[in-house]
Amino acid sequence: MAKPLPAPRAAIPFRLAFPPVSGVLRPRLVAVCLLLAALAAGAFCVGLTLGDVPVPVADVVAALTGQADGGTRFVVVELRLPRALTAVLVGVAFGVAGAMFQTMTRNPLASPDMIGITQGASTAVVAGIVLFQAGGAALQVLGVAGAVATAALIYTLGWRRGTTGYRMILIGIGLSWICTSATDFLLAHGSRFEAQAATGWLVGNLNGRTYDHVVPLALCVALLVPAALLLGRLTRTLQLGDDVALGLGTPVQRVRLALLATAVGLVAFGTAAAGPVAFVALAAPQIAQRLAGTAWPPPATSALTGALMVLAADLAARRVLPGVELPVGVVSGALGAPVLLWLLVRANRAGSGG
Amino acid sequence: MTRGIRGVLLLTGAAAVLLCGCLLSLAFGALSIPPGDVVAVLTGRQDGTRFADVLWSVRVPRTLLGLATGAALGVAGALMQALTRNPLADPGILGVSAGASFAIVVSAGLLGVTSLSGYIWPAFLGALLASVAVYALGGVGAFGQTPVKLALAGVAVTALLGSLTHGIVLTDPDALDRFRFWSAGSLAGVGADELLWITPFLVFGGFLALACAPALNSLALGDDVAASLGRSPWLVRAQGTAAITLLTGASVAVIGPVVFLGLVVPHLARVLTQRVGIGPDHRWLLPLSGLIAPALLLAADVVGRIVVRPVEIQSGVIVALLGGPFFIVLVRRARLREI
Repeated sequence: MAKPLPAPRAAIPFRLAFPPVSGVLRPRLVAVCLLLAALAAGAFCVGLTLGDVPVPVADVVAALTGQADGGTRFVVVELRLPRALTAVLVGVAFGVAGAMFQTMTRNPLASPDMIGITQGASTAVVAGIVLFQAGGAALQVLGVAGAVATAALIYTLGWRRGTTGYRMILIGIGLSWICTSATDFLLAHGSRFEAQAATGWLVGNLNGRTYDHVVPLALCVALLVPAALLLGRLTRTLQLGDDVALGLGTPVQRVRLALLATAVGLVAFGTAAAGPVAFVALAAPQIAQRLAGTAWPPPATSALTGALMVLAADLAARRVLPGVELPVGVVSGALGAPVLLWLLVRANRAGSGG
Repeated sequence: MTRGIRGVLLLTGAAAVLLCGCLLSLAFGALSIPPGDVVAVLTGRQDGTRFADVLWSVRVPRTLLGLATGAALGVAGALMQALTRNPLADPGILGVSAGASFAIVVSAGLLGVTSLSGYIWPAFLGALLASVAVYALGGVGAFGQTPVKLALAGVAVTALLGSLTHGIVLTDPDALDRFRFWSAGSLAGVGADELLWITPFLVFGGFLALACAPALNSLALGDDVAASLGRSPWLVRAQGTAAITLLTGASVAVIGPVVFLGLVVPHLARVLTQRVGIGPDHRWLLPLSGLIAPALLLAADVVGRIVVRPVEIQSGVIVALLGGPFFIVLVRRARLREI
């Protein structure tokens, strides 16, 4: 893929005497982050205003700060806020996790939905729906369990005196085929009603989210995203290849395990809350990387891009067909694919040959 | 022994295994028929019995279908891996399955097609269009086509079509009902008519595929070397892609996306040719894949018929459930080099 070199003055090293901190300031990265955050905040507010009862932006802000009347407050805070919060958190979780996977394996295609983790969660949830008629919180638990179990399998099966990113991808592809076929089998043998419920979940859905969906995901994001940002430094040496990273003093195997655990935790809880929202984990880091002009997917920018993608896809899903609320996953795939194709064509023009 | 004789022996062995697979597929099912009676019916010595009815109306078309589509998927898989020089490529990577899925859902949901035979042509057309689109998108840009670009374009087109498919399926229960059975992949419920319709495409595709086998050996050395050996890489790739599209498109339209077969079988064939000392020579690899794949598909079909009688498990499910672990073992054993 294209790895544009940072332009001159794109990175400004600095060192402070007190507090004793040194670092690199990337003006473009900061600007892109601020812009994405502003856009995401805008999409968040617009999402709160839309619905059967339109609420003006001023009233939304009043409701959020606790100054609106009871009816408006109920609609905004109890009905619409959980949905918008789930969208933001899922976008952040998938964006960060995708960036971590892509950096760790040095492969732009290695998102959690390509290497079987999402498929493992799907199989567990569909099994719950079809075999045990499960619903609600049980599905969330199943989703987390399925994702974690698949990741553990990928790691242990990929272990041969250590793992390599490439072997983990291949094993993940094998597992994803097994899980996909198990899901297909369950779908074909379930009743028509169960199949429809399962398919609705499989696409990624934000309809009818409550605070029961928001709270576990919020805790997970609050815990794991800072961890992911801290691990970011170590990930960058891993990008140079295992041998070089080892030579630079990075404990490669331990770092890889820590990265995998963090990323899988984010994917598992995100998938449990909203289902596998297609393409966000793959596309958000790639878009963020190109917007920020860095040579690797930047985690914080990926998080903001992911949040913006899910919020925008949700807005489109609710407005594109009058009277029908499409699942957000249908729109995110349809929006994400042209972006990836555009990046592909553009990469060719830049002469890097895809 | 010369390499030729060893190769012929290998192919004969594979053909014998395939023959056993055919006999099993004819004998087992909801009604088990003793092998002696199977042979008697086939040679015309038991006309008009209950066994003869079942065999001629159900088992024989089903077995022939397994033979034809299995061979097509095996050859297409070996061809795909040779063309992309990527051991992970399966014939579905050109977007064939996604195109066929989308077409089936559109014809069921929007056009109101209800019969199985009504889906075959739309599915075939969808597969063709999708793979042409992927091939075109993979070749955009100054440097022409590269295997990585082709794979990325395939992934993107698959995601786009998958989203649209799900959008339709979720708003239309009838389309979902049709789609979920097709997408598991099964040999059941297809008659002799459908088989006859797809045969010309399979024969022509198979001919194209086998004809480019010698050129594939040159292409394995890299585009530059192949060009200096007098092969046109562009021409070989176009011919190969046409063959893959015909073989995979026609098979997937009828039996559903069992493309995993095309991923696993060429690996197995490569291990076998290595063992007998032929090496990865595509003149032997392609026919060998074409013999192993139908044997596996028929075996998976038989397993699916008898495991939970009287219910059937779709053979596509069995292929992935058995093939997946095999693929993982292969990955663990092989010395892998990063692409």
